Amino acid sequence: MEKVNRSRDKQKGKKDTTAEVFSHSQITRLYSRFTSLDKGENGTLSREDFQRIPELAINPLGDRIINAFFPEGEDQVNFRGFMRTLAHFRPIEDNEKSKDQNGPEPLNSRSNKLHFAFRLYDLDKDDKISRDELLQVLEKVDVEQKMSIRFLH
Amino acid sequence: MGRPGSRLVSSGSIRWSWVKLLSGMVGKGLLPCFTFSRQQNVIYLLLEVIISSWLLFHSQGIIERDETPMEKEIARLHRVDFEFSDIFYFCRKGFEAIVEDEVTQRFSSEELVSWNLLTRTNVNFHYISLRLSVVWGIGVIVRYCFLLPLRFTLAAIGITSMIVGTTMVGQLPNSSVKNYLSEVVHLTCSRILVRALSGTIHYHNKENKPQKGGICVANHTSPIDAIILTNDGCYAMVGQVHGGLMGVIQRAAVKACPHVWFERSEMKDRLLVTKRLREHVADKSKLPILIFPEGTCINNTSVMMFKKGSFEIGGTIYPVAIKYDPQFGDAFWNSSKYNIVSYLLRIMTSWAIVCNVWYMPPMVRKEGEDAVQFANRVRSAIARQGGLTELPWDGGLKRAKVKDTFKEEQQKNYSKMLVRNGSVGSLSTGTESD
Repeated sequence: MEKVNRSRDKQKGKKDTTAEVFSHSQITRLYSRFTSLDKGENGTLSREDFQRIPELAINPLGDRIINAFFPEGEDQVNFRGFMRTLAHFRPIEDNEKSKDQNGPEPLNSRSNKLHFAFRLYDLDKDDKISRDELLQVLEKVDVEQKMSIRFLH
Repeated sequence: MGRPGSRLVSSGSIRWSWVKLLSGMVGKGLLPCFTFSRQQNVIYLLLEVIISSWLLFHSQGIIERDETPMEKEIARLHRVDFEFSDIFYFCRKGFEAIVEDEVTQRFSSEELVSWNLLTRTNVNFHYISLRLSVVWGIGVIVRYCFLLPLRFTLAAIGITSMIVGTTMVGQLPNSSVKNYLSEVVHLTCSRILVRALSGTIHYHNKENKPQKGGICVANHTSPIDAIILTNDGCYAMVGQVHGGLMGVIQRAAVKACPHVWFERSEMKDRLLVTKRLREHVADKSKLPILIFPEGTCINNTSVMMFKKGSFEIGGTIYPVAIKYDPQFGDAFWNSSKYNIVSYLLRIMTSWAIVCNVWYMPPMVRKEGEDAVQFANRVRSAIARQGGLTELPWDGGLKRAKVKDTFKEEQQKNYSKMLVRNGSVGSLSTGTESD
């Protein structure tokens, strides 16, 4: 049963432009990673599944990174969404730059990567970083230490 | 950018190699069941040379990770204070962890570079050719219809003789004769059980074998580890009392020789455990204790954090490194996925259990070294010897979440960097105005 679903997902992957970004073996690897993270075995990942990764849990921005996977108001992400978000992190190849000027920009282009980083700061998603949002980011980096002066004597 | 394994198999000339492999596997699986002499080493050596020289073995991650530490990475991006681009470092580290992290991969079976004709390791390989499927089919028939009944019978004989033998020896009064007989019984039954699993074990550096009154410490991959070690010597086991068949074996064994079994409630009380173990170690006539400080099964690619409890007892530590060869069968017990019965079934339908055991020179706690540092020292030695990587992470993360203190530590490190970069300027202006 699982094999049937896998091949069906791979078929879907071939039609989706996101998946053209990844090679076949990369998609296979990401899918096996996806299934190993999916403890509930229902084909989607929840926030708890991500928090189970220790190296992500100790990352100061771990929660925001996890939120980047989940679109507005949803609590589950399927494999396509998973791949879409990861596609931002593909290295930019030289041959892609000159390829398709008219078509949609690939997800891993420079401006899309910057956009992604901007969205990590922009919590209320109004395309602006307010002073409060900036303070919130700095909150994660222990400002108390930064604002205190230690006397030597 | 695929892994070597996925482009490994091509049709044509591999046909002969697969036949060779299959016959090698079958031979490796059968021989230990039948031969009880030591001359098997030559045959095993030949088989291994043929098989291992053809099978490449190395592990490769799926992404290229940049291991530069936080300080260097962020300092490269800017010079002075907090900048927006600092987020890139944390972001990338987070995504690298999502795609492939060091910890969770240790709690599932290791991936093989080339397939060893077992379905269970066929995660990333697809249907390749009819010939290969036929060879695989023959393998299945051999393993399930031929090897499995043989092994099961041997295991039954081994367990029964263990229970009967230890009960009989347990009736004798305490004397050197009793100790000798109990040793004979334990060794024989262990050997039968190892044969039942088609185990081929190479012991290295036997001169460092654990002595009486010491503590033997090893990395943990499966419940079989104990049988592998008792095949070559007698140990006092430490563990919880179980119910069922395991409990019967435990109760019988403890009559013949002083193992240390704890009730479930007693295990929680660390002081009690340490006290009992200390008493055992202090008695120099008692057998060495066997402890697995990781506390849980890890998949034999790395050694995780050693719990410091075993290293607080005192006494001499005899480290032992155990490394299984994954081509012949996967020895790792993934307890969240399989229960003990299905695990044993999988072990008995693998080709064989091939492993190397290295006995290492004894270690003692140095002056001014606390239990944690000592544990880390022993762990490094074991990892180096067995060719395993070393991870500072706790094996308990298999089931538990990371404590928040670790996250705070990361935050502290980053803020220290900012303070160092910022405060250098402010301090110098402060002293100048004085």
